[in-house]
Amino acid sequence: MKARVTVTLKPGILDPQGKAIEGALRSLGVGGVTSVRQGKVFDIEIEGADRAGTEAALKSAAEKLLANTVIENYRIEMR
Amino acid sequence: MRSAVVVFPGINRERDMARALRLISGREPALVWHADASLPPGTDLVVLPGGFAYGDYLRCGAIAARAPIMDAVRDFAAKGGLVLAICNGFQIACEAGLLPGVLMRNAQLRFICRDVYLRVERSDTPFTRGYNARQVIRVPVAHGEGNYIADGETIARLEGEGRVLFRYSSPDGMIDPNWNHNGAMNGIAGIINERGNVLGMMPHPENHVEAAMGRTDGRGLFAGLVDHFKVAA
Repeated sequence: MKARVTVTLKPGILDPQGKAIEGALRSLGVGGVTSVRQGKVFDIEIEGADRAGTEAALKSAAEKLLANTVIENYRIEMR
Repeated sequence: MRSAVVVFPGINRERDMARALRLISGREPALVWHADASLPPGTDLVVLPGGFAYGDYLRCGAIAARAPIMDAVRDFAAKGGLVLAICNGFQIACEAGLLPGVLMRNAQLRFICRDVYLRVERSDTPFTRGYNARQVIRVPVAHGEGNYIADGETIARLEGEGRVLFRYSSPDGMIDPNWNHNGAMNGIAGIINERGNVLGMMPHPENHVEAAMGRTDGRGLFAGLVDHFKVAA
């Protein structure tokens, strides 16, 4: 089974990297950009026929390692 | 004082730390590999040193915090053992849940390698008994992710419980954004856990312990720890 876990910074957490990218886009003349927030995407291949069990395993992966839930949110998409 | 320095792949300050510990405690520290499952028997102090464990992959300290040795370090801390977590070690301790909060990218986005001034907030802890409260010390920093943040409730608890031990300051001890080189909340450079036996700090006291290094402001931390165990024994 294929899955994608997307990790993003929680609202309100300062994202200096996003700010730098935002500035670079502006200097490239890309118009209309008002905010950039940087995140991470994990494409995961995982064995298991049982969808609920696989989703639980992915949730555990996200909580234990992929995201730091103090500052980040995560979203799991099963393909 | 029997100390153990944990060595993760990608760490580069373990020898500086071992040198400082040897010099000040008079005892050779044990170097403990990250894949080991236990600490040497009789260990008084565990040190998580600075560097770039696992190349800072995923997040600084994230992979190291899940290394096999960290279960032993957590058990050690849970029994009241002293843990000193410096720089990358501080990041690892936060990721491991030994300390609250996170070290984020420096607000100015630059890696900063220079001396900074720290105001010692308390002298009544095993880590700071070698200093006076409100004393200002000068020690080096070398980090790209030292910007301490936590939610408002955590910051309020840290401040209310006197758990901020070191704060970035001016040379005369004023807390001022101009002297807070990485943008850390409340100028926080070092904190202890609730029980007071785990210290995490971004600066490197181990790099200012002998005259050849230019300054010896970092000695107080190690000398205080040695005293703590002398009195305890």
